[in-house]
Amino acid sequence: MTEATNRARPLTGPVLNRSLRWMKENLFSTPLNTIITLFCIYVIWSLLDVLVSWAVINASFGAAKEACETATGACWAYVHDMWRFLLFGTFPADQHWRPLVAMIMLTSGMLLSMNRRFWSPWLAVAWIAGFVAVYFILAGGIFGLSVVRTAQWGGLTLTLVLAVVGIAFAAPLALMLALGRRSDMPLIKVVCIVIIEVFRGVPLISVLFMASVMFPLFLPEGVSIDVLLRAQIGIIFFQAAYLAEVFRGGMQAIPKGQYEAADSLGLNYWLKTFKIILPQALRLVIPPTMSTFISLFKDTSLVVIIGLFDLLAATRAAVNDPMWRQQFIEAYLFIALIYFCFCFFMSRYSAYLDNDLKKSTSH
Amino acid sequence: MTEQNRLADRESVIQVEKMNKWFGDFHVLTDIQLDVKQGERIVICGPSGSGKSTLIRCLNRLEEHQEGHITVNGIELGDNVKNIEVIRKDVCMVFQHFNLFPHLSVLDNLTLAPMFVLKQPKREAEATAMKFLERVKIAEQANKYPGQLSGGQQQRVAIARSLCMNPKVMLFDEPTSALDPEMIKEVLDVMIELAEEGMTMLCVTHEMGFAKQVADRVIFMDAGQIVEENEPNEFFNNPQNDRTKLFLSQILGH
Repeated sequence: MTEATNRARPLTGPVLNRSLRWMKENLFSTPLNTIITLFCIYVIWSLLDVLVSWAVINASFGAAKEACETATGACWAYVHDMWRFLLFGTFPADQHWRPLVAMIMLTSGMLLSMNRRFWSPWLAVAWIAGFVAVYFILAGGIFGLSVVRTAQWGGLTLTLVLAVVGIAFAAPLALMLALGRRSDMPLIKVVCIVIIEVFRGVPLISVLFMASVMFPLFLPEGVSIDVLLRAQIGIIFFQAAYLAEVFRGGMQAIPKGQYEAADSLGLNYWLKTFKIILPQALRLVIPPTMSTFISLFKDTSLVVIIGLFDLLAATRAAVNDPMWRQQFIEAYLFIALIYFCFCFFMSRYSAYLDNDLKKSTSH
Repeated sequence: MTEQNRLADRESVIQVEKMNKWFGDFHVLTDIQLDVKQGERIVICGPSGSGKSTLIRCLNRLEEHQEGHITVNGIELGDNVKNIEVIRKDVCMVFQHFNLFPHLSVLDNLTLAPMFVLKQPKREAEATAMKFLERVKIAEQANKYPGQLSGGQQQRVAIARSLCMNPKVMLFDEPTSALDPEMIKEVLDVMIELAEEGMTMLCVTHEMGFAKQVADRVIFMDAGQIVEENEPNEFFNNPQNDRTKLFLSQILGH
């Protein structure tokens, strides 16, 4: 700031002045740099030109499909026509407010949980209550809501349910697996190692496939477990196995002196683990943990192989509609944008949290 | 000799009998025999690798011994987890590298164990914590985090953290070895004050000035054995064993 004001010219404001100087110093400092900069600007410009003229200038935004026939660019009528299907799948059309409420509850729950002020055991209780509420809002059967089978849940709603429930249950399970794997008790240790290695050793697709096809074979006659629930449990165990190793890595990074200090103050195993080791270990592994959550969010799209209708599956079904065959680019771009928004948001949050926690304990 | 009389009728707090310890094949402690009276100040010295840290770490079970007996306040220290927990409440350790909890503020570092182990109410634990922070002259740092303090300040916080447990015995494992020279004094001053108030202390250190000033007894260890022990005057002026003489000439020679 002082630099900028020192050299400020009368005709330009400080902000403009500073950015001009920044450009001069970083982009045009030598002839070679100038050439590279100009070339890059040209490449970016040509790409943007193609994209913008396709997506905006030559595109048709009308709701009617007919408009698309004259437009040379994107046909957003498709998204206009299909957005309900992409968001809610095959949920009965007159009941669409229910998945909408469920999605709002899930996302606002996530947003609230991101605030460290709300971090307390009550948050876990609130989440469980929230999940029960979301379940009944979607499934119905009480308060006069009509029953909607889980097979009819779909689109972004299903993706969000699978991802949020997956994250909420995979994290505590992973913690138990990680602690179990470090345990001195041989039986617990072996059980945890087997669970972690089995689920990490196979692709998610085969976990889901086993959950949907093989698992019912082991159940007694007449007992059946909902296919969505089975897929959800498969996802939880699969991601928990990965996350357990992330957590374990964090715990191993805590210096031996921390364990010894806790021991010498007479803290027992649980106090030592939950008051000393985990708060430090989890802080260390925020970036890989968030990465696992992000991959969980995207991996939910694999439930399509067992016939569940998540966001990606809904899109695939939509582009198979003979009326809209041409518009698959628009469709995939649209859902790519949805996935990206969620994942990018998670990634920014992880960076923020990491920074915030570091700031609070050092200079 | 008045020093010896001071302790003559005191009870033993720690008794170690024929204790042996191995790290794998390496015989790290051999036939350790030690009796610590209440209020006694013992300084343990010796060349590096002589087993002095391992010895005091055995006294609160940070290390396991394989043979012999250790009794603290009449309670046998062995595999029994309950016994270990009881003993650890009474025997606190100050480490070479402080080992403060970096994610907790200074005050929380001090109140955690009293609140959860001794079940003190928060208000009481905080009052005690502030009292001891005043005593180590660092009360104004109560709300900072360990990473924001100097080494000497951190070590004083670590001492205060142990004091909050109201321990009967304090073990010091080279408490000044990781400090810059100008910070050693501030920590030693706190330790001297503690000694004068009658705390039972076992201190592994190379600070021979400290030993001369406060120790009731100096123990010299070499190769896992207690080679010589005596009251400081005799120990420094009239060492009996050749290895003690060599060691003393090396550390006091320059």
